[in-house]
Amino acid sequence: MLRYARSSLASASVALGILAALTQSATAQAWEPTKPVEFIVPAGTGGGADQMARFVQGVVAKHGLMKQPMVVINKPGGAGAEGFLEIKGANKDPHKIVITLSNLFTTPLGTGVPFNWKDLTPVGMLALDQFILWVNSEAEFKSAKAYLDAVKVGDDRKFKMGGTGSKQEDQIITVALERLTAPKKMTYVPFKGGGDVAVQLVGKHIDSTVNNPIEAVAQWRAGSLRPLCLFDAKRSTYTEKVTKDMAWSDIPTCKEAGIDVEYQMLRGVFGAPGISKEQVAFYVDLFRKVAATEDWKDYMEKGAYNQTMMSGDQFVSLFV
Amino acid sequence: MDDIASLMGGFAVALSWYNVFLMMIGILLGVIIGVLPGLGGANGVAILLPLTFSMPPTSAIIMLSCIYWGALFGGAITSILFNIPGEPWSVATTFDGHPMAQKGRADEALTAAFTSSFVGALFAVIVITFLAPLVAKFALRFGPAEFFSVQFLTFASFIGMGRGSAPKTIASMCLGFALAAVGLDSVTGQLRMTFGFTDLLKGFGFLIAVIGLFGIGEMLNSMEEGLEFKGADGKLRLNAVLRTWAQLPRYWFTSLRSCLIGCWMGITPGGATPASFMSYGLAKRFSKQGDAFGKGTIEGVVAPETAAHAAGTSALLPMLTLGIPGSPTAAVLLGGLLIWGLQPGPLLFVEQKEFVWGLIASMYLGNIAGLIVVLTCVPLFAAILRVPFSIIAPAIMVICAVGAYTVNNAMFDVWVMVAFGIVGYTFNKLGYPLAPLVLALVLGDQAESSFRQAMLISQGSVTIFFSNALVASIMSLGLLMLFWPLLGSLLGTMRGAPRKVVGAKQ
Repeated sequence: MLRYARSSLASASVALGILAALTQSATAQAWEPTKPVEFIVPAGTGGGADQMARFVQGVVAKHGLMKQPMVVINKPGGAGAEGFLEIKGANKDPHKIVITLSNLFTTPLGTGVPFNWKDLTPVGMLALDQFILWVNSEAEFKSAKAYLDAVKVGDDRKFKMGGTGSKQEDQIITVALERLTAPKKMTYVPFKGGGDVAVQLVGKHIDSTVNNPIEAVAQWRAGSLRPLCLFDAKRSTYTEKVTKDMAWSDIPTCKEAGIDVEYQMLRGVFGAPGISKEQVAFYVDLFRKVAATEDWKDYMEKGAYNQTMMSGDQFVSLFV
Repeated sequence: MDDIASLMGGFAVALSWYNVFLMMIGILLGVIIGVLPGLGGANGVAILLPLTFSMPPTSAIIMLSCIYWGALFGGAITSILFNIPGEPWSVATTFDGHPMAQKGRADEALTAAFTSSFVGALFAVIVITFLAPLVAKFALRFGPAEFFSVQFLTFASFIGMGRGSAPKTIASMCLGFALAAVGLDSVTGQLRMTFGFTDLLKGFGFLIAVIGLFGIGEMLNSMEEGLEFKGADGKLRLNAVLRTWAQLPRYWFTSLRSCLIGCWMGITPGGATPASFMSYGLAKRFSKQGDAFGKGTIEGVVAPETAAHAAGTSALLPMLTLGIPGSPTAAVLLGGLLIWGLQPGPLLFVEQKEFVWGLIASMYLGNIAGLIVVLTCVPLFAAILRVPFSIIAPAIMVICAVGAYTVNNAMFDVWVMVAFGIVGYTFNKLGYPLAPLVLALVLGDQAESSFRQAMLISQGSVTIFFSNALVASIMSLGLLMLFWPLLGSLLGTMRGAPRKVVGAKQ
């Protein structure tokens, strides 16, 4: 089993921390922000995390969920290390929160920056972002198996996989796929953002990508890209048609396609080290309210996010 | 003709009182944002984005895009008056705009800048209106190798424009490359040259460097030269606009070339900053008065401003049709589209006709409104130079510091700005040109990653840069530009003519 996501995320303490926070939120709120809240994005503008943070900001402002304004600040330096160090340094400052992506785990490993996710106070998980194996719709490969077989028989490094950044989630998945095509490898080409990657695939400068749904959905709907398989244990629950004849739920899982690779990305929120339970409770409640809005549900569907983790029991079973 | 009907429909949408009101607000806010260095268009739009969530999507995008147009206009103001580029794409405007202001011709420079901006934008909007689908397909042909060839062409067309000696130009450029390499290497994911300082993780921001090199450096120079603005004795001339307009038609060819460069760079998406540099470089190379460049010629203001605005405007096209932003501001607008429930991408033109054509119509109207607003303010802006230096200099220093801080919300950047200010002053004293350093700093990073991506794809073979007609022709053009001075003098010798320097390094 290639369960990279699980092993890197598999930390009961995170899960329990978040779970504890979720259950606590029922208690009366004793704390509220007294000045604008900085929502730090450890990535550049326009990416998945940035979009989500700005979306949350929009929902909070539109529905008046917080008396103080929420301000989104991008700190993309050093693969997000800049943002994480900022919040790590903001000890006991309740007016700073950070949205996380896989770089919460991969950045300290890849760059050696003195930072560990355990330094932060977990607030909650917003959703799990999916990954899908995409090829150009004019490519001959109709299934994930066919594509990987082609990699296996082709010349070493002939096939190019595009992805966001280096030593981050996209490359981790690529390495996982390469275990199945051994000894042949793919050439991993890192780009700046997920949107760029999707367009490079449309322009046939690369052979495949593992874009998040939201990064590639527009090109899929326009008929330029073809999804091969979803890196999740179960198919997506969104059954509404996205293209003329396909819904997210029509994309087979990679396991169904004979490729035993799963990967999902935590889209979570963390607070500064040492903030109080009341302060955590405020944010937990805030994000609950955000998640209850129609806007949020729409947004989740557009990006085919996996929302099942929002409820307690399944959440624990996934992590433990 | 379908498009014309749709566009007229768009005008009907954009011309409602509410939308026109938002348009004016947007332009004014944009000009202010453009004037303040550091608080760039992207930041400004991001800060104001939440305000628009309760508006209908069309009104919201009209206001936000007008902020963007305003910022494009506003960036030129401080470049010309104080040699401080408010926006990265205004750097090239300082090369001739500021010398003009020093000669007391600030009003002419401002008028030329604003008018050229308008012409560039108008050209780009017309391209968007009629060629959108065609142009979007062209953008898809740009892979890493093509991007590198464009960046190479930018360097090549710019080389030799330094006023210093060739070795000094090269030294300055190399320093720029070295500074651009600091931070995370996007290809290997390794940190480079940070020496364990976490503040260096994000590398040296282009804007911070520019605020320091140009803004602070200029202040230090002015202080040394006697605590007053050169050009302060420039008379206030209310007919400056008309007089400048009378001169502009002479530069129609420069203008057209800059429009084309701008549109091309905006769409591919190379961005407004390289577009302005490339356009300036080419204008200097091919102008009859090439030697006057850098000393305050109108043509040197026209070229970069036209290209920057054309690029800035056409950068919205890939955002709308492909969902890839051609500029940082477009990236923030892209986030906005999602929040308003719109899906940018190839189907936007089909599914959201009213929105798209409303936006395109607002590009026409917003730019006209912007031109009127900024032109009426020309005498006012030019009058700022009459304020005594001792009063305005501290204010500029503060604005620079605030600007540098705003880029990343980091105090460290303010110190970096001061350090760059000293570098700028020293360079000036020693006769090293700043432009190559700035160019290398802004493009070095991108050029490096495009080159290495291309090398990964081709598995190390440089033939990829000549693998198809598109990339091969851009590369050849770049090589031709690079060796032009050499070829020129060679041809001259062969003909036995007296060695006339054709666009050679000064």
